[in-house]
Amino acid sequence: MKKSIVRALTGAAAAAALLVTSVVPAMAETVTIGIYEPASGDNGAGGKQETLGIYYANSVAPTVEIGGVEYEVKLDAVDNESNNDKAVSAASKLVSDGVSVVLGSYGSGVSIAGSQTFADGGVPAIGVTCTNPQVTLGNTHYFRICFLDPFQGTVLANFAKDNFDAQTAYVLTKQGDDYSAGLGHYFTKAFEELGGTVVAETFPEGNSDFTSYITSAKNAGADVIMAPTSTEAAALIIEQAAAQGVEVPLVAGDTWDSNVILNAAKDKAVQIYVTTFYQEGGNAEFDEGMKEFINADSTNLANNGGDDTVAAVTAMGYDAYFTALEAFKAAGSIEPAAVNEALWNVTYDGVCGHIEFDENGDAKRNSAFVKTANTETGAWDFVSEQSIQ
Amino acid sequence: MKKKELIPGLILIAALLVLLRYLELHISPQSQWAMLLTVLKKGSIYALVAVSMNLLNGFTGLFSLGQAGFMMIGAYTYAVLTIPAEQREMVYMYYEGGIIRFALPSIVGIILAGVVAAVFAFLIGLPVLRLKSDYLAIATLGFAEIMRALFQWDTLGPLTNGSNMLRSYPTFKTILYPFIVSGVCIALIVMLINSTYGRAFKAIRDDEIAAEAMGINLAHHKRIAFTVSSFFAGISGALLAMFQTNVQAKSFNSAMTYEILLIVVIGGIGSVTGSVISSFLFIACSEWLLRFLDETHVIGDVTLPLMRSGFRKVVFSLIIMVIVLFFRQGIMGNREFSFTRLFSGRSKKSKGGKADE
Amino acid sequence: MDWFSRNLPYFLAGISVGGQYALIAIGYTMVYGILRLINFAHGDIFMVAGLLMVYLSASLPVFLAIPLVIILTVLIGFTVERVAYKPLRQAPRMSVMISAIGVSYLLQNLALYITGGLAQQYPAIPWVSDQITVFGASTKRVTVITPFLTIILVILLVILIKKTKIGMAMRAASKDFETSQLMGIRINSVISTTFIIGSFLAAIGSLLFFSNYTGVTPTIGTMPGLKAFVAAVFGGIGSIPGAVIGAFIIGICENMIMMLNQYVRFDISNFKDAFAFLLLIIILLFKPTGLFGEKQTDKV
Repeated sequence: MKKSIVRALTGAAAAAALLVTSVVPAMAETVTIGIYEPASGDNGAGGKQETLGIYYANSVAPTVEIGGVEYEVKLDAVDNESNNDKAVSAASKLVSDGVSVVLGSYGSGVSIAGSQTFADGGVPAIGVTCTNPQVTLGNTHYFRICFLDPFQGTVLANFAKDNFDAQTAYVLTKQGDDYSAGLGHYFTKAFEELGGTVVAETFPEGNSDFTSYITSAKNAGADVIMAPTSTEAAALIIEQAAAQGVEVPLVAGDTWDSNVILNAAKDKAVQIYVTTFYQEGGNAEFDEGMKEFINADSTNLANNGGDDTVAAVTAMGYDAYFTALEAFKAAGSIEPAAVNEALWNVTYDGVCGHIEFDENGDAKRNSAFVKTANTETGAWDFVSEQSIQ
Repeated sequence: MKKKELIPGLILIAALLVLLRYLELHISPQSQWAMLLTVLKKGSIYALVAVSMNLLNGFTGLFSLGQAGFMMIGAYTYAVLTIPAEQREMVYMYYEGGIIRFALPSIVGIILAGVVAAVFAFLIGLPVLRLKSDYLAIATLGFAEIMRALFQWDTLGPLTNGSNMLRSYPTFKTILYPFIVSGVCIALIVMLINSTYGRAFKAIRDDEIAAEAMGINLAHHKRIAFTVSSFFAGISGALLAMFQTNVQAKSFNSAMTYEILLIVVIGGIGSVTGSVISSFLFIACSEWLLRFLDETHVIGDVTLPLMRSGFRKVVFSLIIMVIVLFFRQGIMGNREFSFTRLFSGRSKKSKGGKADE
Repeated sequence: MDWFSRNLPYFLAGISVGGQYALIAIGYTMVYGILRLINFAHGDIFMVAGLLMVYLSASLPVFLAIPLVIILTVLIGFTVERVAYKPLRQAPRMSVMISAIGVSYLLQNLALYITGGLAQQYPAIPWVSDQITVFGASTKRVTVITPFLTIILVILLVILIKKTKIGMAMRAASKDFETSQLMGIRINSVISTTFIIGSFLAAIGSLLFFSNYTGVTPTIGTMPGLKAFVAAVFGGIGSIPGAVIGAFIIGICENMIMMLNQYVRFDISNFKDAFAFLLLIIILLFKPTGLFGEKQTDKV
């Protein structure tokens, strides 16, 4: 008796819920990909650029054939607010929306924070640009298509040593940011192994006064300043480094590959070098399509930071989408468990290079691009392609 | 709770637990309703911390803003002590596995979370409880910020993992767990409020000087209220850590304390049931019910205006402002929810004094 | 490099930041003096002023945008008081403070909604944002201007409070709120004036702050706001000179931590923010009402 009442109630409620969601006209068959990205907070700028790549990919390939049936691919984006605390409920929202696979996130912290929720919901996830090793370590549902921080840190350390003959490096990381702490750690390790000394400092959340940090870097006699931070802090660091007449180069990882950095550095006397996944011009067809997509819509343009520079994370988002489609095809099903199983053997040649996963679920990648900000043209100039043995 | 309310109360609690278990078993994680479970879990945890804050601000009249700090201490204690030894190498990867090499059972961890938070509170309380009203508020807020910086200090990394995330500790598997733990803790707080201590707390709240004249030892009672409140804040911190499956000092900031304070005030300062009800409502609104406002909706050819990412929060803060301005007493004022009143329709006037100064 | 030129930039930064905190702290301390209200929304008014500048300067020349920003900020401060605090005049103090937290929440969320969560680049103000060299240390001109401008504004404010009629009314209201009403002081206009002055100084503070640190985000007001409040309590809340001195002390001390960090073995840079609180607690333990605060007497 009681059971039937409850069932009736849940039924009615579910019907009501359906009514709310069925505003979108029903298509024949749909498969949903969850986008787990920050749209606000520290990493909002990067998250939006990454999301743009995914949306563009969706406009290029809106359908996919799975097991002989044509499916329409729906995207379901949720904002994790760059906040490990809010990330859990954002992740449960995606799981409860019934997505088959999740893409994201920009920023390693939120990826690690949401990981357990995806695992409990049985949904596999493909990390796009979360480079911290902890994302995929010790689980079987998180994959990623980018390189890792131990690799990136070593590349940066080698680069600083070889190109600037750096003896002392000043490493500035953000407190409580897993990406920042991780990359700073691996850079320090590699740099010290090369015989250099590292002076390390951290800044707290919400800090906007970097003057004294820059003074400390100068006083330490640093030959290079390494600042793996979010773009938000990066813009302030660049601005204040320029104001204080810093002459040594600033180096950073993939987060700095953004037009936010280019705008901050424009017409200023600073040298900036970053390691990244993609160099604009690497795939002309993709660049052209992407720019057209960005310029076609004012919201897209605003989300890309006001111009049509193609960020590496955008290209990575594009690749991630197609990797997910490959997984659907290989699985022959939209069941999350089957997709998860299929992902292990997926291979895909994307605009950022070849993707296949190792036993941790990490992409096998052994090269990174190094770019420098051209402060006159406000664009990235290619420096070299680096790999380590 | 009156004697004659005991039986219906127990029946209701049993029914509630059965219902929760039923919901948990029958809602698949992929359904729209899975968010309901998330909200219920988080709501029950916030209910505990809100009641613990109410014990201080509402019942003892001590204006403290350190609740998030004590939650953080609890969450860290729990996480640090219960991460399985074999996972430590991975969690403390920048600190060679950290200095702690054992793992305590989950329940011991929870109790210790409360104890450690209480010890910190006792020590902090010795100097700061002499301060009055707003000065006490800013001092406790300051202590929370200092603790947060301390926990994130790289030099303590082998213990706290620096500013990095702690994870892989045991979490709860059923929704009953946070409900039962929170429920028992709230029941203990209610018992304390109804004891002689509780009456002394209220006397202090209503008039410190009069209370002292009547022979109440101010320092002693304030310290008890502060320590007990922090003990339960610590336990709710441990529960929150379990709920989130990972914990990091940076999220326990002043904004979190304000959020808890908002819950207490919306529920009604000086009402335990008010705090509980408003916790669930607050969490449901902020994390679930309003999410549709963040999505663009198209009806026919018309795109509904204003609705895009972030709109949910604007609406939510407007709702809060309306409550604060027009429903000053909060949901329950300083009354308590009661069955006899509910069923007989007889309205009972407030029994405590006024909640404000 | 000798010790002086090595460490001068820390002092410069400290004094400059201290000046910016001071301008915000005055708003806190004046409101508290009269209403006994911790106006948690004050830091967010500061943030809103920054955002206004970003949006206005996009379409207007800077010399028009600056006065407009100041006027609009003052208007917002005035409106907030009228809508969110005035109706609660008879309500318990806790309700008003919660209302302040609510306003702070609302302003932050509105900013989040409007900016889409992205940091906005603050425009460079000609002359003020130019790069100059002081004793061999390169910095922006605004760093040097800030402390002087702050002190000039504070002197003007003190004259206003000591010499004018409205100033006298303000002093009366902060001494005894109810009696001053009985004496025929129009308390609502006094309170509005307080908010207008506070918002005006916050707008100036935001011009100086963001010319130095050029990213405006929805939560950027929180930390400077909190520190300015700490400064106000530190100096003895209700006292304007106290707030200013407290702000300079906190600004200088947090940069001293960074200076000290060069010489100690452990990295202590992450205590930069926490140090302000530590200082505050120590002061409060010895002087429970701050440096220049009036001693409270309990009335039975």
